[in-house]
Amino acid sequence: MLTLKINGQNVDTNAAPDTPLLWVLRDHLGMTGTKFGCGMSLCGACTVHVNGEAIRSCVTQVSDVAGKEIRTIEGLSADRSHPVQRAWLELDVPQCGYCQSGQIMAATALLQKNPNPTDAEIDQSMAGNLCRCGTYPRIRAAIHRAADLMKNTGAA
Amino acid sequence: MNSNQTRSLVDRRQFLKSSVLASGGLLIGISLNACAKPGEVANAKGGGQPNAWLKIGADNSVVIVIDKSEMGQGVFTALPALIAEELSIPLDRVTVEFAPAGMEYINTLLGSQVTGGSTSIREGWTKLRQAGAEARARLLAAAANQWKVDVKTLIVADGKITNAQGQSRTFGELAEAASALAAPKDVKPKSSDQLTVIGKPHRRLDSPAKVDGSAQFGLDVKLPNMKYASFIQSPTLGGTVKSVDASATAQLPGNVKVVTTSNGVAVVADHYWQAVKARQSVKVVWEAGANAQLDNAAILKGLATATGPGQSARQDGNAAAAIQNAKKVVTATYQLPLLAHATMEPMNCTADFKNDHCDVYVGTQVQLMAQSAVAQAVGLKPEQVNIHTTFLGGGFGRRLEVDFIPAAAEASKAIGAPVKVIWTREDDMTHDAYRPPALDMATAALAPDGRVQAIELKLVSPSITARMFPPVVEKMVDPFAVEAAANYLYDVPHVSVNYLRHEIGINVGYWRSVSHSLNCFVVESFMDELAHAQNKDPYDFRHQLLSKQPRARKVLEEAAKLAGWGQAPSGHYQGIALMEGYGTYVAQVAEVSLINGQVKIHKVSCAVDCGQMINPSIVEAQMTSGMVFGLSAALWGEITLTQGQVQQSNFHNYRVLRINETPQLAVHLINSTETPGGVGEPSTAVIGPAVANAVFAATQKRVRALPLSKAVSFV
Repeated sequence: MLTLKINGQNVDTNAAPDTPLLWVLRDHLGMTGTKFGCGMSLCGACTVHVNGEAIRSCVTQVSDVAGKEIRTIEGLSADRSHPVQRAWLELDVPQCGYCQSGQIMAATALLQKNPNPTDAEIDQSMAGNLCRCGTYPRIRAAIHRAADLMKNTGAA
Repeated sequence: MNSNQTRSLVDRRQFLKSSVLASGGLLIGISLNACAKPGEVANAKGGGQPNAWLKIGADNSVVIVIDKSEMGQGVFTALPALIAEELSIPLDRVTVEFAPAGMEYINTLLGSQVTGGSTSIREGWTKLRQAGAEARARLLAAAANQWKVDVKTLIVADGKITNAQGQSRTFGELAEAASALAAPKDVKPKSSDQLTVIGKPHRRLDSPAKVDGSAQFGLDVKLPNMKYASFIQSPTLGGTVKSVDASATAQLPGNVKVVTTSNGVAVVADHYWQAVKARQSVKVVWEAGANAQLDNAAILKGLATATGPGQSARQDGNAAAAIQNAKKVVTATYQLPLLAHATMEPMNCTADFKNDHCDVYVGTQVQLMAQSAVAQAVGLKPEQVNIHTTFLGGGFGRRLEVDFIPAAAEASKAIGAPVKVIWTREDDMTHDAYRPPALDMATAALAPDGRVQAIELKLVSPSITARMFPPVVEKMVDPFAVEAAANYLYDVPHVSVNYLRHEIGINVGYWRSVSHSLNCFVVESFMDELAHAQNKDPYDFRHQLLSKQPRARKVLEEAAKLAGWGQAPSGHYQGIALMEGYGTYVAQVAEVSLINGQVKIHKVSCAVDCGQMINPSIVEAQMTSGMVFGLSAALWGEITLTQGQVQQSNFHNYRVLRINETPQLAVHLINSTETPGGVGEPSTAVIGPAVANAVFAATQKRVRALPLSKAVSFV
């Protein structure tokens, strides 16, 4: 039995220790906002935060994150009020939407470290998150917008 | 169009019917001519009827049922807008539901229940506005009856009807009375000058659920006692199971069960990761079948040596004679590769089989075909199979296939519990229905003064439609093989387009923009070659041949204006391309430079005329979306085969565009009140030739075989 700290709550799981965090979240704990895309850390659809860092949950064994602070899309806000979510809504970023949980978690991690990223810094930081719908131009714009919103609210 | 087609379209002509909801509201449906007898319509009992388009409840709820799948293209927002417009209600007030499988939801442009071909708006434009207009007319008539006033004195706004005295009734209060009225006559949708919802950049209705992780994709479906399966398929495309040895799974955790299905082997366990691990212990021996030796060289050789008269898709004048008699002839051969769809959500399906029915939860573009495939696989009648459509994590044509659907039902039937089958990315990449390859020859006859006298296109590729919808190609050339060629836009006296179908042994599938993605590259590369062969500006050369195509000429002008054609900074080079597809005109200009001999793409400018826009924000998004999708393919997209096995497996060796590789994308939307065209696909096909033409301008190297990166290095 492992105890995970997810979105501020302690959660027990009987998943085998080598199970990727992604499948523990989705299949054992029913938190399906985090998506499966490649299983090889190539697409970023499974991005979550561990101790504030954006990581790929598809290649992270659950035993490696026991006791650490895990944050998923479900824990970003209760009401889509996080500045990144608000910016995503303002600019209508999603199309099919499948990669967007990962995009939003990657963007949030970026903005926590760099509250005012340039286009080049956004590109560098977001390069691991694929979107086949090609929402990249709006993602860039929405990250700038979220940076503005964060300045006004101080939220993170 | 031949007479058979005409007749089938007439047979399928749909009309509206209305009835009372069991809960006491108004239900507007659209029924098939063939299914409804006269008189049945007005008396129909509405409660629980699944074939509704619009349900107005006594509680003021407005539910719009959409017959198309949401895969990013925006139908979840744009189709309700057509009905909300007629009801004069804000789009935010409506609830959207996905339709089940049903003949009522047949796409009249495609003849089956299909989300594809950029048809959703084109097909819904009249039908859904008419449904909304009839509901409006009924509600108005009900209010007029209650107040005993002329309908013309009433105002519809914000879900209410108000009379001259300022009294109001909500839609909910009027719904039941409205349903009891005789069908209103002479109902017409609003005219273009009355529109308040259509044409406005409304935010997507599905965005909230897509920014908090709550949107339900197929992968997210969870049923009580559900088991998970990983799915083993023949590594050789088209191969079959010879034998299965699952003995080594007996000791593994997760109550592993192994089920041989009609097209593979499902390894079922309590949890998905247990199934993935158990899969490694299952030994399957395969019968490789006819593709055991298939590789790219064999496919290319087959296309190159294919013989036969082919089928004419266009014949203006006599191109062959003009070419034979011409002083100057230009000819070029173009080669297009197999491509994968690589949707972000890998293929998956969840099924719950019971003895007399089966519930199937799946992101599909073809509900009726999914229903039929499951019914056949598990021995039920189609009407015993309920298809529940989820959001699709990308479609692009991949989810027009049903190959990933029956195994879940077969496994559920075998083990007696609901089963979710999830393909790995590797399963998905190596078992796609790939975009067809093509080997196409273009020939032009030039007059001494440089005018183009004749264009001849000889297209050779396998036919998707011959497999998917065989009756369509029995009497006519596959319409989805000759797009962006048969409608050659330029004013040339002799035009010949010929299609020679040549099958390659593996399934090919509809891939975003379908044959536009093949033929636009051929036609627009060739037009560029003709311009350069005569030292003409590629924009001027095209522009002069478009005097009879005002919409095409206008998008060409607007794209050139947006890009600053001919005014690129020193060291920057431009390429241009143009296309009509799905009733939409698109032109793009790519701007590149050379950095240490490598090509850098700086910017692509796109102008589009899609007729009346429903939601300009979604149109803009679809243009950039298609450009990113098309650029991925143009730069790197290629599926290769060795011994009938696909060599690409994941995003490291099937490269797609990332944010840091995406050039600046600019879009100009042309306002128009022409009939709406499709926007989900066309821009995909135009970016390849625009970039290839810019590469030529920069390097003088004409790349006639995609992907471009095989011939040119990109930054």
